[in-house]
Amino acid sequence: MAITSLRDPWFISALCLCALLGVPIIAILWSFTEISVPLWTHLIDTNLSLYIGNSLLLALGVGLGSGILGVSLAWCVTQYEFWGRSWFQWALLLPLAMPAYIMAYTYTGLFDDLGWFDSRSLVGAIAFMSLVLYPYVFMLAKTAFSGQQQQYQEVAATLGITRSAYFIKIALPIARPAVLTGVALAMMEALADYGTVAFFGISTFTTGIFRTWFGMGEMQLASQLAGGLALFVLIVLGLEKHSRRNMRFYQTQDLPVNKHSSSTVQPANPLTIQSPLSYYLLSAYCFTVLLIAFIVPVTQLCVWAWGTVQTIDVAEYWTLLVNSFSLAFVSSILIVFIALCLSYAQRFSQTKSVGYLTQFASLGYAIPGTVLAIGILQPFGWLDEQVNYIWYEWFGEYIGLVFSGTFVALFFAYCVRFLSVAMHNTQTGLERIKPNIDDAVLTLGRGRMSLMRRIHFPLLRKSLLAASILVFVDVLKELPATLILRPFNFNTLAVKAFEYASDERLIAAALPSVTIVIIGIIPVIMLTRAMKQS
Amino acid sequence: MRKIVFGLFASVLSISFVATNASANATEASPQQLNIYSARNEALIKPLLDQFAAQHDVTINLVTGKADALLARAKSEGRFSPVDIIITTDVGRLSRAKSQGLTQPITAVLPDFVTLQDPQQHWVALTTRNRPIMINPKKIAPGEITRYEDLLKPEYKGRVCVRSSTNIYNQSMVAAMLIQQGEAVTLAWAKGLVDNFARRPKGGDRDQIKAVVAGVCDIALANTYYLAAMRNADAESVAIANQVKVVWPNQSDRGVHLNISGIAVAKYAQNTDIANQLITFMLGQQAQDWYAKTNHEYPVDPKIEWSSTLQAMGTFTSENVELNQVGELNAKALQIMDKAGWQ
Repeated sequence: MAITSLRDPWFISALCLCALLGVPIIAILWSFTEISVPLWTHLIDTNLSLYIGNSLLLALGVGLGSGILGVSLAWCVTQYEFWGRSWFQWALLLPLAMPAYIMAYTYTGLFDDLGWFDSRSLVGAIAFMSLVLYPYVFMLAKTAFSGQQQQYQEVAATLGITRSAYFIKIALPIARPAVLTGVALAMMEALADYGTVAFFGISTFTTGIFRTWFGMGEMQLASQLAGGLALFVLIVLGLEKHSRRNMRFYQTQDLPVNKHSSSTVQPANPLTIQSPLSYYLLSAYCFTVLLIAFIVPVTQLCVWAWGTVQTIDVAEYWTLLVNSFSLAFVSSILIVFIALCLSYAQRFSQTKSVGYLTQFASLGYAIPGTVLAIGILQPFGWLDEQVNYIWYEWFGEYIGLVFSGTFVALFFAYCVRFLSVAMHNTQTGLERIKPNIDDAVLTLGRGRMSLMRRIHFPLLRKSLLAASILVFVDVLKELPATLILRPFNFNTLAVKAFEYASDERLIAAALPSVTIVIIGIIPVIMLTRAMKQS
Repeated sequence: MRKIVFGLFASVLSISFVATNASANATEASPQQLNIYSARNEALIKPLLDQFAAQHDVTINLVTGKADALLARAKSEGRFSPVDIIITTDVGRLSRAKSQGLTQPITAVLPDFVTLQDPQQHWVALTTRNRPIMINPKKIAPGEITRYEDLLKPEYKGRVCVRSSTNIYNQSMVAAMLIQQGEAVTLAWAKGLVDNFARRPKGGDRDQIKAVVAGVCDIALANTYYLAAMRNADAESVAIANQVKVVWPNQSDRGVHLNISGIAVAKYAQNTDIANQLITFMLGQQAQDWYAKTNHEYPVDPKIEWSSTLQAMGTFTSENVELNQVGELNAKALQIMDKAGWQ
């Protein structure tokens, strides 16, 4: 087994990639080599149970909230015809562009004026995070529902199964991998969130990590807590995978391999026309979600931003825009490429452990950005030192830092942090292509490159686009790792927004915040247009 | 589609390269460099740095962030770290930087008025900030509260607002109390304060001030410059800020809690001369005046006139503690707050 693994090029390349991407995670887990008993005792005696309890509640709440919103909305837009459906299909993705902490700031500003709802609570945090994170579920569930075939429904109908029973017994179980992937992403983001919970004063595992690090100066213990969080996520994800180990979900319909045949393929689901009442009720539901999750906060931000727009330095603002956009764009291409390589390794490799490797490498999503950044700085610092010594040997001078404090560190951090987002999309995309297609192509004497180019890529187009856009928006919003790893004199919109917000100048923070949202919208619209074409 | 993606990719790459080259060229144009890690926000430091850069023909490179993250960065970068100057907004971080071996003694000759500094001159204070009590004068009579200890009185149950103990300003306040009052008294004080909380700590200092005006509570602890900034902001903030009154506590004994923002030269600084010149500049009249007038912080130079907002808040006596010790006791302070149930 071991020898065959080593001969398997897919396994070797996956191993190398994962080892590289796993370095910060290993650096964080390395902290467990030294355990301080008095500190742990203090933590257990005081706040640990509070941290765990709040974090679990938050993650479960956000998982449930984003799951219900995402699945119900996806079911509506894929199954029923209602007023504005084609518009909602893409508009409902828009909240994705709202960073959770900005949502929190905005609504707090609003509710403080109203005074009848205390938004700064665990319930408030769950609500705000669910509202900005449900698009993950919505996006994946929508693809899964629309990929399900009409035959299922017809068979179900002949068996006298009602619509709701069909949803529960057939549609949802088939969409399970996609839905759970979305829910898992939302939950991991909630677990790693710091901005929102710190602002609301909720003691979670993440705020605990920072209290330990900043307050007590105990980096080691903080890393141990972060490592514990990552291990917990790994176990939960492992259990979920294990529970569906014997299930496979493939598309069996005629595949639109080329344009000619795609024009003859029947659409998977003709939409159900509703009674006039529900025709508008469904629109009202979708609109309400959009209103709360996007229109109200963005309008509020625009109002605030308008007041500060005269005071900005246009040249500086343009630089911020270009910086944020280029970072997000380049990283999204890089990360999706890596994710695709790993997904292929998993598909083609004979070795089962590739799955575990990629799972491990994509853990970065559940680790708070700042802790991850330190996990990168430490090994990079060591590497820089070695490079400098070697350089000195050869050229008689030091070259300074090559990795830390450069774009290398920044891009690497994004890869580690957001690989999971891209992987979930590329993997679900690939999993839905039946392996017997691969076999057929290979039997016909074509190589794997040809298989990828001519068969897989056309089928994967949606998944790849979705992956790149999710990563793009995530990098655009990313704050903590960018803040600490960025090179000198390099600002992004998120950094700017944070600086104002941390100085409690929420109104000044509105303009950079709303710009993040606007830049985030552009790819979301691109995605939906691309999806309509196919 | 592929062509479009490729084209976009290429254009973005070229834009970013141009941007990087442009900044690199700008860097080469000036002979002197000064690299700064600042826990102070860009908006609160850049205007001064720009003035200094213009006066001394030096290119300043700046990264801002959270103090501990920046210290961790400097630490892992080790002896090849480019950082020359570290700027923080709290004494705890300065003493932590020193104890982690990230600083070196300042060689500049400091003005006579400088008293708040490290004994080995590893850091020096640039401004001071105080954390007094702020009250709603309609609910609390004048003279009713004169000490931090008064906040524990049973009649104030459910009437006190403070932000989370995760915040450094609270940690430093408790650490300073630890030095002056000892562990048992401090723990009892923290417990008593938590008993009188109007709500679970949330939001920043400004939020506590707003809560006093909104009637959520009647008493808050907050740093003065937040109130001063609100009194100089939009009409709505001004209206809120004018409804609270500052009470300078413990004026007959140890004084109001004092913290500093400060500066240090990094251990492996390449540009120590210019770094020391920056420190002299920051203690100079121009910079001190800017902090006092624009940012409403108390200048360390006593000759500098305060902003009218600060003057209106009145004069006061500050506590006198060994500031390095405040930093050293930070962890202990946090543990005490943990035990007191101060979230």
